[in-house]
Amino acid sequence: MKITFDWLQDHLKTSLKEKHLLDQLTNIGLEVESVESLSADNELFKVAKIIKTEKHPNADRLKVCDVNVGEKEFIKVVCGAANARKGLITIYAPPGATIPKTKTKLVTAKIRGVTSYGMLCSDSELNLSEESDGITELSTKYEKSIGKSYFSKSKSNLIDLSITPNRPDCLGVRGIARDLAASGFGKLLEYKEKEIKSKKKQTLKVKISKEKNQGCNAFGSCLITNVKNIESPKWLKDKLISIGQKPISAIVDITNYVMLDINRPLHAYDADKIEKGIIVRESNSGEEFTALDNKNYKLEKGMCVISDNKGVLGLGGIIGGIRSGTEFDTKNILLESAYFDPRSIRNTAKKLNLDTDAKFRFERGIDPLSIESGLNKAALLIKEICGGEISKIDIQKIETYKSKIIKFDTNLFEKISGFKISIKEMIKILENLGFKIKKDKKNLKLTIPSWRPDISQEIDIIEELVRISGYNKIATIDPIKERSKSTLTQTQKLFHFLQRSIASKGYLEAITWSFTDSNYNKNFKGDEKEIKIVNPISSELGVLRNSIFSNLSMYMSKNLDRGFKDISIFEIGPIFKGSNPGEQSTVVCGLSAGKKNRLSWIENERNVDVFDVKRDVVQTLVEAGYNSDNFFIDRETPNYYHPGKSGRLFLNRGKDQVAAYFGEIHPNILKAIDIKTESLVGFEIFLDNLKIPKKTLNDQKTKFVVSDYQKSERDFAFIVNKDVSSQDLINAISVVDNRLISNVRVFDVYEGENIPESQKSIAINVTIQSSEKTLNDNDLDKINKLIIETVEKKTGAKIRS
Amino acid sequence: MSDLKKIKDEFLTKLTGKLNLSEINQIKSDLFGKNGLVSSQFKNIGTIAESERKKFASDLNLLKDELQDLINSKISEVENAEINKRLEKEKIDITLPERSFVRGKIHPVSQTIDEISSIFSEIGFSVEEGPDVENEYNNFTALNTPDNHPARDMHDTFYLDEKKEKLLRTHTSPVQIRTMLKDKPPFKIIAPGRTYRSDSDQTHAPMFHQVEGLHIDKNINMGHLKGCLSYFIKEFFEVDKLKMRFRPSHFPFTEPSAEVDIGYEIKDGKIIIGEGDQWLEILGCGMVHPNVLKNVKVDPIKFQGYAFGIGIDRLAMLKYGINDLRAFFDCDYRWLNHFGFDPLDVPTNYRGLSR
Repeated sequence: MKITFDWLQDHLKTSLKEKHLLDQLTNIGLEVESVESLSADNELFKVAKIIKTEKHPNADRLKVCDVNVGEKEFIKVVCGAANARKGLITIYAPPGATIPKTKTKLVTAKIRGVTSYGMLCSDSELNLSEESDGITELSTKYEKSIGKSYFSKSKSNLIDLSITPNRPDCLGVRGIARDLAASGFGKLLEYKEKEIKSKKKQTLKVKISKEKNQGCNAFGSCLITNVKNIESPKWLKDKLISIGQKPISAIVDITNYVMLDINRPLHAYDADKIEKGIIVRESNSGEEFTALDNKNYKLEKGMCVISDNKGVLGLGGIIGGIRSGTEFDTKNILLESAYFDPRSIRNTAKKLNLDTDAKFRFERGIDPLSIESGLNKAALLIKEICGGEISKIDIQKIETYKSKIIKFDTNLFEKISGFKISIKEMIKILENLGFKIKKDKKNLKLTIPSWRPDISQEIDIIEELVRISGYNKIATIDPIKERSKSTLTQTQKLFHFLQRSIASKGYLEAITWSFTDSNYNKNFKGDEKEIKIVNPISSELGVLRNSIFSNLSMYMSKNLDRGFKDISIFEIGPIFKGSNPGEQSTVVCGLSAGKKNRLSWIENERNVDVFDVKRDVVQTLVEAGYNSDNFFIDRETPNYYHPGKSGRLFLNRGKDQVAAYFGEIHPNILKAIDIKTESLVGFEIFLDNLKIPKKTLNDQKTKFVVSDYQKSERDFAFIVNKDVSSQDLINAISVVDNRLISNVRVFDVYEGENIPESQKSIAINVTIQSSEKTLNDNDLDKINKLIIETVEKKTGAKIRS
Repeated sequence: MSDLKKIKDEFLTKLTGKLNLSEINQIKSDLFGKNGLVSSQFKNIGTIAESERKKFASDLNLLKDELQDLINSKISEVENAEINKRLEKEKIDITLPERSFVRGKIHPVSQTIDEISSIFSEIGFSVEEGPDVENEYNNFTALNTPDNHPARDMHDTFYLDEKKEKLLRTHTSPVQIRTMLKDKPPFKIIAPGRTYRSDSDQTHAPMFHQVEGLHIDKNINMGHLKGCLSYFIKEFFEVDKLKMRFRPSHFPFTEPSAEVDIGYEIKDGKIIIGEGDQWLEILGCGMVHPNVLKNVKVDPIKFQGYAFGIGIDRLAMLKYGINDLRAFFDCDYRWLNHFGFDPLDVPTNYRGLSR
C-alpha cells in the first residue's frame, strides 16, 4: 500500500513530521517497507513529442527518433519500443535522470553506433504500472505541455507500507489515518459525507439471483447520465501520480481515488452497453468473456459474475469486461459498489490465476457498510468533473449486515501482555479505533467496527490494545536457567555424533536440496518408487530424493569439473520412500573420489578403494559405541554399487536391519553421469536402523579386567575356496575358545602361483592368552590343533604346511 | 715394581690413546678374559703369603675397578662418537612436507543449529523434530490458517499430490502441532529443520532452515517472549549490547504477533550487529493463538505461551559474513572449506560457542 504524508493529511490533523510518521507506522504494525523520494528527479522527466522516426542503420528493432523536448533543437533518441512513431506524445528522460524502476542513471551513450541523448520511457520504467507494452502514450491534450515536467512537484515522499492480510481497512488512506490517530499521532478528521440528492430513479434493473453459493450479498448502484469523460483535473492527477499511479480518464481515476482513499472498490460500466439490466449470478461452465486486461477467460461453474441478457460483463469484485468498459466517449455510466464474499473471490481468482487490486481488497474483506458512502463520494466527484445527472442509489441485498458484539474481560490484557493499562485507557484506544463500548464493571461489551473483519474474539482485542499502546511497553522477563528434560534424545545425539565423526575423517559436510533431478535419482533409487513434486521449481528439481547419492554425485561431478581431484563430501539428512508424512529416513551418505597420496614424495599413490570407505564406516560405528566384533558383512547391495566391490553391514549376525552399505559406485553409473575421476567410492549409514545404545557412557565402562600372563601369537595359513570369506575364517577361529583367543587378524591374502586356480591362501595371526595362567607348550599345541580342526571342518580349508 | 703397578701403568697409558671399539675390547679381554692379566692375578691370591694377602686383594680390586671404569667410559665415549657420526649422516631435509592429511568440515548451517540448540538448552528447551513431508492440516489448518486464507499466499507451497493434501512443510511450525498432540503441557521446545517454499532468487532458496520455538505453561506472557529472544540473540551473536526492536505484525497462528529487528551497521564492508541505526528483520513470533491451542486439545484458559520462528541460514549469514544464500546449497568444495567448521569445534555451554 503506497501513501504520502500529504494524502494522509486529508484525514489526519497532526503537527508531527514525516520522520516521526515513519517510526509510528512501524510501531503500530504498519511496516514501512521503503520510502522513495520522488521530488528530486521528477522534474527531469518531460513531456515530449516524436517528430520523426528512422530505422536504426545497424539494428532492425531499433529506431532513431527526433524528439521535441521543448528546446530549439530536436534531440536524437534511440528507442526500441514498437509503438515509437511519428506524432506520439510521450515522456522523455534526459541523461542524468535516474529511471525509477531500475534505479539506473542515464548517460549519453552510443547504441549500436548511434548516439542516444537520453531515453523515452514506458509506464513500468516510471513505476506507473507493473508492466507495459512499449513507451508511454499520452493524449494529444499534452501537446501544450511539451517540454514541461510530466510529474508535478511533490513535497511528500512515497511511503510503501506492507499491510498484513488481516488489515483490509488499512488498504485505504483513511484506515491508516485512523490507526495513527488512535496511537496519539494527531487527530482523525471527521468524515464529511455528502449525499446524493436526486429524484431520478435508477432505471437499470439489478437482480442478485438467490443461489446457494452466491458470492455477492449486496449490490449498490447509481446511474450517471450525460457525462463527458475527460482527463482528470490537475489535483486528481497529481494525487494519483504522487503514489505512482498513472492517470487514465476522469471516471477511472475517480473510482481509483475512492478505492485508495477509503478502501471502497467501485466499478463503472458504460450503461448503454448493458442489455436490459444486471443479473448477479453464478457462472455456467464454459462461459467466456474478455476482461479489461484484454485476455479471454473461460469460466468454470460457480464463479460470481455480473451479467446482462447477452452474457457475462465481468467477474464480480475481480475484473470488469471490455464489452461494458468506459471510454472517453462514454455518455451514461452505471456505478457499482458491491460486497463480495472473500472466499468466493479467492476461489475464482485462484482458478483463473488472476490478481487485481479489487480482488486483493475483496478477498481480505471490504467494509460491508461502505456501499453507499462509496457511491456518494464517487458519483458526486464524477458530476463535479464530468457533469451529468445522478440517479438515486439502488441497493439490492440478499443478506443484511449484522454487527458483531463481543464481551471483553479486561483482566485478560495483563495476563497476556504482561503489563498494565487502565480501563479508561483501553476504552479510549478502542473508541478511537471505531469500537462502540458499553462498560460493565471489569467487562467491556464491544461492538466491532464493520471495517474490521479480523476481529472476532477477545485475543483480537488484546492485540489492538498492545499494538496501539506500543510494544516497547512490554517488559523483558529474563529466562530462568533451568532444565527439567535433556536437550537431545539419544537418536539426536547419535545424529550429531555420526555427523562430526564422519567429518573428522576428512569429509566436507554438504547440505543439498531434499529434491533432485529425476535423471540423477533414477540411478540411485534402487527399488523405491519415484516421488514427484506436483509444482516443482524446475524439472531438474522435480522429485524427492530416494537417495542422497543423487545430489552428492552431481555436485561431486561439478567439483571435479572445477579441477579438484581428490575430494570427499558427505551429507546427513532425509531420504524419502513415499509421499506420506513419516515415509522418510535419515541417512549419512558420503562420496570419495580420486586418489590417496597423489603426488606424494614419500608414499605410493593409489586410487581410493572400497576398504577406505569400509574403514570410515566401521570406525565411525565403533566410535559411536558399537562393537565391531559383532559386525556382520555380506555382499547384498543395491544396484548402484559395484556388485563385486561393495558390502552390506549389520551390527550383528542376526542381520536385523541394514546398518550401512559401502563400496565402489557401479561403473555404469559413472558412465551415465559422466563423472571424471580415477575412482569413486561411497557409503550410506542408516541412522534409523541403528539400535540406540541404551547404556550411558558410565554403563558402557565395564569392570577393568586384564591378564598379566604371557600371551603367545601363532600364525596360520589356510587354503580355501575363493568364495569363502575371511569373515568366515575369523568367526570360526574366534569361537574355538573365547577364554583363550583374544585377537584374530588377517595379515595376508594370496592367490596365484602354487595355489590352485579356484582357491586362495589366507594367513591369519591369532593371539592366545589366558587370564588364569601362563600357557605351556602343551596347552598351546592343543589350542593350535583345535583351531586347525575347526577351521577345516567349518570352511573346507586346508592348513598350508 | 709389583706386577699390579706394572699392569696399571701399562694399561693406563694404553687406554689414554685413541682407540676404536675392537681395540678397547682387545684390551678388555687382555685384562679380564679367562687368562687375562687381572683375572690371572685373582687366581694368584691363594699363593700370596697370608700377611700380604689382604692388602694384595684390596689393591687388586682397586686396580680392577679403576681399569674397568676406564674401559667402560672409553667404550661409551667411542659409542657416542659413533652415534654422533651416524646421526650426522642421517640428517634429512626436515622442511619436506609431512605425510598428507585430510581435514573434514562441518557445514555452517549445522554448526549454527548446534549453537542455537546449545543456547536454548541452557534455558530449558529440548529439541523436537518433525517430518519434511507434511499434511495440509498440520502445516496450515491446525495453525489457524484455513483454506482460502490470504496468508496462505505468503507460503508458495510445494505439493506432492493434485488434491494438495500432502506438501513439503513451508515452516517448522507443524512441529508445534505434532508436539502438542503427542504430549501434555507444559511444553518448552525448539525444532530446527529443513523448510521449503517454491521461490528461488538471490535471497530465496527453495529449501532453507528454520528453528521453531514453543513455550506453553500456565502464565507465560509477552514479557517472557521478549526476555527469551533477547537472551538468545545476545548469546548467539556473542555481544553484550544489543539493539532490538519488537514491532507488531501478523501471523495466523500467533496473536498478538511481532517481528523482531536488530540494529546493525556496516563498518569497512563488514556487518556489525547490535550497533548502528539500521534495522534488520530476523524473526517472527507471538503468543500462540487460542484457536491453535484448541486444535491440539490444550485448554487456552489454563495454558498460554509463545512461539517463534527464526531463519537459521539468515542467522548464519549474519554471524559469519556470508553474502549469498544460494551458496549454502551449491556444494562448492572451496566454499565448504572456507565457511565450514572443524568437527572438533563443538559448540557447548561450558566452552562457549566459538573458540
